[in-house]
Amino acid sequence: MILSTLIWISLVVGMTFNALGVIGILRFPDVYTRLHADTKATTFGSIFTSLAVVLYAGGEFLKDPEGQYETLALHTILAVVVLAFTNATSAHAIARAAHKRGHKPARAVCDRLEETAP
Amino acid sequence: MTRWIFTVLVMVALMLLAMVRLLKGPTSADRVVALDAINTLVVAAMIVLAVVFRQFIFVDVAIIYALLAFVGTLYIAKYLGGEL
Repeated sequence: MILSTLIWISLVVGMTFNALGVIGILRFPDVYTRLHADTKATTFGSIFTSLAVVLYAGGEFLKDPEGQYETLALHTILAVVVLAFTNATSAHAIARAAHKRGHKPARAVCDRLEETAP
Repeated sequence: MTRWIFTVLVMVALMLLAMVRLLKGPTSADRVVALDAINTLVVAAMIVLAVVFRQFIFVDVAIIYALLAFVGTLYIAKYLGGEL
């Protein structure tokens, strides 16, 4: 019962943060703020929906130890680790590419990276 | 079981919303950001779908999808930055 409540809470938190990330993509004014909203919010939300799956697998494992639910839990944790590392790295790569391409942040008054870059 | 299907449906709706930015985005960097969001949502939805269909191999597919999407995003970013 309490496990079911925890799973539901995790799913709702995950869906909420995924929705916030997508709303951020739609509403923010330039590429850097969109990247900021999207990367952090969707990574956090995906971690929470995966946490719900891990909790579900734990509960089912206690009921039926032969059902390969430990495989589900371990592979989900591996997927979350992969997702966290690749999202952070690709966000950095996109921001760097956008700056090299010459996109300016909206309403920016100075560009320190441009001054320090060779 | 209903809550998992509801979660998947919400994530599909969010993917469609992100696709608005993918189609509309004024610059190509905005499109890459939207594509990155869609990739993350696909991975999360695939992990939940593994529970819905009781096919735990879906999680392995999600891991490989995340890695391949990462390589794709890096290549697009290198291309946009003029380094390729």
